Amino acid sequence: MKVSFNRIFGLFLRHFFLIKSSLPRILDLIYWPTIQIILWGFISKFFTIYSDYYNNTVGVILTCAILYDFLFRSSISFNMLFLEEIWSRNFTNLFIAPMKISEIITALVGTALIRTLIGLVPAILITTPLFGISILNLGLPLFFLFLSLYIFGITLGLFVSSGLLRYGPAFENIAWSSLFLLAPLGCIYYPIEILPDFFQSVARGLPLVYIFEEARSILVNQVVNYSNIKNAFILNLIYLIVGVFLFYYSFSQARKKGSLINIGE
Amino acid sequence: MQKSIVVENLSKNYQKKEAVKDINFTIGENEILGLLGPNGCGKTTTIAMMLGLLKPTKGKVIIHGKDIEINRISLLHKMNFISPYIELPKKLTVRENLIVYAKLYGVKKIKNRIEYLSNKLRLDEFVDEKTGELSSGQKNRVSLAKALINEPSVLFLDEPTASLDPETGNFVREFIENISQEKKMSILLASHNMDEVKRLCKNVLMMNNGVIIDKGTPDRLISKHGKKNLEEVFLKLNRNESEL
Repeated sequence: MKVSFNRIFGLFLRHFFLIKSSLPRILDLIYWPTIQIILWGFISKFFTIYSDYYNNTVGVILTCAILYDFLFRSSISFNMLFLEEIWSRNFTNLFIAPMKISEIITALVGTALIRTLIGLVPAILITTPLFGISILNLGLPLFFLFLSLYIFGITLGLFVSSGLLRYGPAFENIAWSSLFLLAPLGCIYYPIEILPDFFQSVARGLPLVYIFEEARSILVNQVVNYSNIKNAFILNLIYLIVGVFLFYYSFSQARKKGSLINIGE
Repeated sequence: MQKSIVVENLSKNYQKKEAVKDINFTIGENEILGLLGPNGCGKTTTIAMMLGLLKPTKGKVIIHGKDIEINRISLLHKMNFISPYIELPKKLTVRENLIVYAKLYGVKKIKNRIEYLSNKLRLDEFVDEKTGELSSGQKNRVSLAKALINEPSVLFLDEPTASLDPETGNFVREFIENISQEKKMSILLASHNMDEVKRLCKNVLMMNNGVIIDKGTPDRLISKHGKKNLEEVFLKLNRNESEL
């Protein structure tokens, strides 16, 4: 049986209806990224004035904050879609509908992008009037950086959703904390050399290091280093394959252990 | 009668616990089969295996001649389920929920189907209200509409009238009776309401501790055990089981 666009669109609609009918939900999506960006905007302004390292590049930190928030939002958005089903006790209905796992993943990937953009676009738009900074200064590589971050965010979402599938709501705390765990190793606001040797080796296994290194390279040195982008995509591809495999495996384990029945709070 | 569902030697073990032990039964086309048993006897586990939500440890569920384990997605198109333990998203209106599930089940004329179900199940007056704001009777009818959105030929009803007032309960029972005849559905009805089971079901399975302890038509079970009604049969069988 072929992949059905209709079913993918159906699951997308379920979340679209949820968002469009609730102003507080929309505001909540916009609120946190905006606050985050404003806060980092002031910090970066302070660093611009007082730090030699950043004195030629206004808004390196702010740009990295926006990029990191994009990753954070895409991952959380993916997890939230799954958590919404658990909270609303709709999980079983979803899994007795004739949806393939690939269709569920595709629908969640698309919906997570919409949720992420609703939150982040207004935050990006305010950076120019407030701080005189435009993330578009990164030029064409910005698209690759965003794409790379989005793939990694989705991959993390797949890992966490796999845990939710297998262990149910008990895994919820991991969903919230997963990105905070990776942030120090992602070298978002500092070069990898800052980390102790052992952590540097671990960090090199994450695409984040290459993505943020590239952003700094463009903004500080005005040098586009496509090898960073390439490394990030190779690592992303490996993690994405593992994430998809894990999701399928968790679904199969959930069917064996019975965690698809009456999952919810 | 042609058999729509064949359950063969179905078993489910959770580590050391045997939730369902080697059960066998069939459901014919146009038949409502009652599944009775105390809480924790294996009814939900059996239904979950029949829906493909749970992988059996042993045995098979054959629906329309196809094994659910091999043809899960294609068979789910023809099946649906209602249970008081699962809900529809509360923040979506009734219409939105029905649109979503119509899409997921690949329904062609969605508007017509929703209109038909709204009419049949008397949803018209609250079809544009949020599902979470409805009374339990209204929610129950909405869940039934969702369960019928794909015109299933196999329907699983887990306590479909639990916590409903007598009038709504009667409406739902009447509706199930009519629709099963009209659409020639095969229905598995798990319920604790013995009158409901007697009224709707041609045959009944009595389950306890994961096994089928007796089966037959409600009248045959009542006369076989020398009792006045199905409830007394249920109590007798379950007391006997717990004494063993």
